[in-house]
Amino acid sequence: MHAVIDRDQVLHVARLARLSLAEDEIEPLAAELTAILDHVSHIGELDLEGVEPTSHVVDIAGALRPDEPRECLPREVALAQAPAVSPSGEGFSVPSPQA
Amino acid sequence: MSDTDLIALTAAEAAHEISIGALSARELFDAYRSRAVADELNCFTWVAPAYEGARDESARNESARNESARNESVRDEGARDESVRDESARNESARGESARGGSKSGGGQAGSAANIVEARHDLRDTPLAGVPLAVKDLFCTEGVPSQSGSRILEGYEPPYTATVVARLQAAGASLLGKTNQDEFAMGSSNENSAFGPVLNPWDRTRVPGGSSGGSAAAVAAGLVPWALGTDTGGSIRQPAALCGIVGMKPTYGAVSRYGMIAFASSLDQAGPLTRDVTDAALLLGHMVGRDPCDATSLQLPAEIELPHAERLDGVRIGVPAELTGGGGAGGRGEERRGTGAGSVIEASGEVGGIGVGEGIQAGVLASFRAALAQAEELGAEIVEDVSLPHAPHALSAYYVLAPAEASSNLARFDGVRYGLRAADAEDLLDMYERTRHDGFGAEVKRRIMLGTYALSAGYYDAYYGRAQRVRTKIAEDFARAFARVDLIATPTAPSVAFKLGEKTGDPLQMYLNDYCTVPMSLAGIPAISIPCGLHEGLPVGLQLAGPAFSENELLDAAYALELALAFDGSPARV
Repeated sequence: MHAVIDRDQVLHVARLARLSLAEDEIEPLAAELTAILDHVSHIGELDLEGVEPTSHVVDIAGALRPDEPRECLPREVALAQAPAVSPSGEGFSVPSPQA
Repeated sequence: MSDTDLIALTAAEAAHEISIGALSARELFDAYRSRAVADELNCFTWVAPAYEGARDESARNESARNESARNESVRDEGARDESVRDESARNESARGESARGGSKSGGGQAGSAANIVEARHDLRDTPLAGVPLAVKDLFCTEGVPSQSGSRILEGYEPPYTATVVARLQAAGASLLGKTNQDEFAMGSSNENSAFGPVLNPWDRTRVPGGSSGGSAAAVAAGLVPWALGTDTGGSIRQPAALCGIVGMKPTYGAVSRYGMIAFASSLDQAGPLTRDVTDAALLLGHMVGRDPCDATSLQLPAEIELPHAERLDGVRIGVPAELTGGGGAGGRGEERRGTGAGSVIEASGEVGGIGVGEGIQAGVLASFRAALAQAEELGAEIVEDVSLPHAPHALSAYYVLAPAEASSNLARFDGVRYGLRAADAEDLLDMYERTRHDGFGAEVKRRIMLGTYALSAGYYDAYYGRAQRVRTKIAEDFARAFARVDLIATPTAPSVAFKLGEKTGDPLQMYLNDYCTVPMSLAGIPAISIPCGLHEGLPVGLQLAGPAFSENELLDAAYALELALAFDGSPARV
């Protein structure tokens, strides 16, 4: 688990994270991630055989509300902070997926 | 009253003065507002343009906006199956809330947005009496910039208000400002903010801690009576310690997260930053409760009460060697090296491998030990051989789990619905990637990368899966400890406030600030930091932690210690 993160891995993970990186960000990130993962990898030394994972400390059951319709945000309020709205004013506008 | 006299009042004292008619809410608000506007510490990202009573008057005409706040008003937190949103149901829940709220003057008609406006006309009769409140930038506040310290949300004005903020407003709090923070609450020094660093009022060349640095510095400097922060791995407790004030992280789930811009959802929890323990209890009492909009929120088994204990007779306080520089079972560590103010003693945990660097400053330890001696004089039993064997691994687990959750939570910032969008993108993917490149700061990028890596195919089990199991072990350690002791005490932070820029070049050094606070976060248990002394003129924090739902016991113990320690925070309020 002593991972060494190289340039290619940084670029691969950045792609997964939908994050473009400037050229001068890549090498520092590789070094920092390697150092952090080296520290973090000490948990690999623990014997955790048979230990249940904890994803959430609070165990709440039955927190569901009845499935009944409720009001939602008015469309114009939902769109008010959008960087771009479609010409019809009905939806978010985004660049084409295949420009 | 002169402004100096006004500022000297704690929030509880000010609320009392207003309730008996000796002080007007407006006078208090204006005194604090003029101080907040003149702030030289960079505590605020937004300051209210005028007294809130006037603000709400104009807001009343904007019925559409009031209506859109409907979901965020105070609700009947006891109802498990709440669903109906009609007016009468809301009024019903409002009455329930104000009855539980323990309003001294009994008038608080808290409830829907409309009711909140009504209540404004007589703030004097509300439990919080119009006392000004500052709120960390990441809490959504309708029509007020809520940016989580990030460029990607610059100028963002949410269409709704966070449940906890709405509850406090319904209880009579007046929103004075939004406070600076580390971007998306990721940081321990407030140096990761798109709005620039916050300065520590005790020494302006030093950091206030983070991520709730603006809230902590503003309270310490007397720019606001009290403030809201959030704590994921120590983000309330550590800045409270570094600024010489009180900060409390409640039991996970005690306070609704609805409307808090998320960092790590299984850890994030809101809490008070205040001048003293009484104020912390008063504010927290109006924050807690189940919220149908946060399925992880819960009803505390008992109401939060104002603390009154003056003795600690019969209270068993455990001092785990792993988090206290080896004062107990681990034996004293040796002097290692200097960092900033004073020398460092290595915390000698029993688990091998990662002891290096987890140093606790000698001056911090001395102050901590003196506070324990004080607790003993008050009747507490100090138990030195309590052990949290997995605590030294908490930081490693945390820096897998929190970035993993963050990488998922921050996926929503894609330039589509709100915030920044990079111009001239070639296509949709290019727009996503460039927006996120331009909008996120270095630390946020680092954690998104770390979290994405930890969750990626082939690494998930080794990192995320293991970290979740370590979390289980840490919770078990605490459960075992609390079978023997009532509370656990540690220093809050390993050092006093460090210099601006001192740790920005080394992310790992920065992360080590959370060494003593992260274990409690992973276990979801409540913890409070109170100032316990000075080291080289800078505040030292003492952390007390208890089992889940022990808020009242924690507040009582902290209060008794606070009385005995008589820490003077006034030098920071010049």
